[in-house]
Amino acid sequence: MAEYQITDTVDITDVVCPVTFVKAKVALEELDDGEILSIRMNDGEPVQNVPRSIKEEGHKILKLIDNADGTYNLIVRKVEEEE
Amino acid sequence: MADYAALKKGGFMRQKQKNYFSMRLKVVGGQVTAKQLAKVSEIADRYGHGYVHLTSRQGIEIPFIHLDDIDEVKAEMAKGDVESGTCGPRVRTVTACQGRNICPSGCIDTTALAEKISDHYFGRELPHKFKFGVTGCQNNCLKTEENDIGVKGGIEVAWKEDACIRCGLCEKVCRSNAISISDGRISIDKTKCNYCGRCVKSCPTDAYEENPGYIVSFGGTFGNYIYKGEELVPIIHDEETLFRVMDAAISFFDKYANAGERFRKTIERVGIELLKQQVEEAYHG
Repeated sequence: MAEYQITDTVDITDVVCPVTFVKAKVALEELDDGEILSIRMNDGEPVQNVPRSIKEEGHKILKLIDNADGTYNLIVRKVEEEE
Repeated sequence: MADYAALKKGGFMRQKQKNYFSMRLKVVGGQVTAKQLAKVSEIADRYGHGYVHLTSRQGIEIPFIHLDDIDEVKAEMAKGDVESGTCGPRVRTVTACQGRNICPSGCIDTTALAEKISDHYFGRELPHKFKFGVTGCQNNCLKTEENDIGVKGGIEVAWKEDACIRCGLCEKVCRSNAISISDGRISIDKTKCNYCGRCVKSCPTDAYEENPGYIVSFGGTFGNYIYKGEELVPIIHDEETLFRVMDAAISFFDKYANAGERFRKTIERVGIELLKQQVEEAYHG
């Protein structure tokens, strides 16, 4: 299923809240509008809160992939804020 | 001889220091304007001891106002849109969190609701003190169940199949295990759902219809005696029904309470079944 092309990836499994979201946000800032970021995160608190925060920032979540190893990949399309 | 009951009604709390009062101000839902704050600051400086006390229920008190200055202080307050609070056997300050207007977790407009409740009931004479608290969601920052009547925001949800991308986030964020996904279909166990709205707020494609509502608790108290208020009717989705239900509870208290008896004690003496029956009647209109 090539419905999207991943531009960049970031792993936030090595940090804890609130740095999880910060690390993902910084990675998203590196991208241009419309580019796709894959964020690898832990089960539990990160997967419960990080996607929601990213949604609240205005980005588009395309998919959540269960890696079946206690981690998830969240596929996000960057939406540039209009100034 | 000062009329202490009248002073208390007008928010002047007698201090242990002779002829001094702690001036209680009216605050609704914890919101104070910059203009009011400036006037409060000026009064505290000029008539008090240059400080204020923040009460446990979002109020402001200006301590050390002298009996002789009361009329002057009242006139000054009026210039800054500052009103006096109340004490004694009546409806007290209506508390609220910031709710949906500010907080990402909020399910209802707590500020507007607190104002409506206050406009409706504030200062109403009853057999004993009576407290309302409004909170925006299940996080319950305002601790609604410690109030005589507590209102908590919630969201009842319904799945929108066409908009769903089956990412599974809602199942992950649901803390009451009400959501399950099988064969690409989402089912919601209504007996488990606590209306927290976490599924709605995390859904990437807005694949949930949301129907906000009020979860009401009755007979809470958190002073000498502690009791957690109880829910007696299902989630309410319109303000008209909410106020009908609150009217019924307050009328029950007014009718059955002995003087100086808190709502909880009246409920225990008369029986919660009678209150439940009257509140249910109001709920069904």
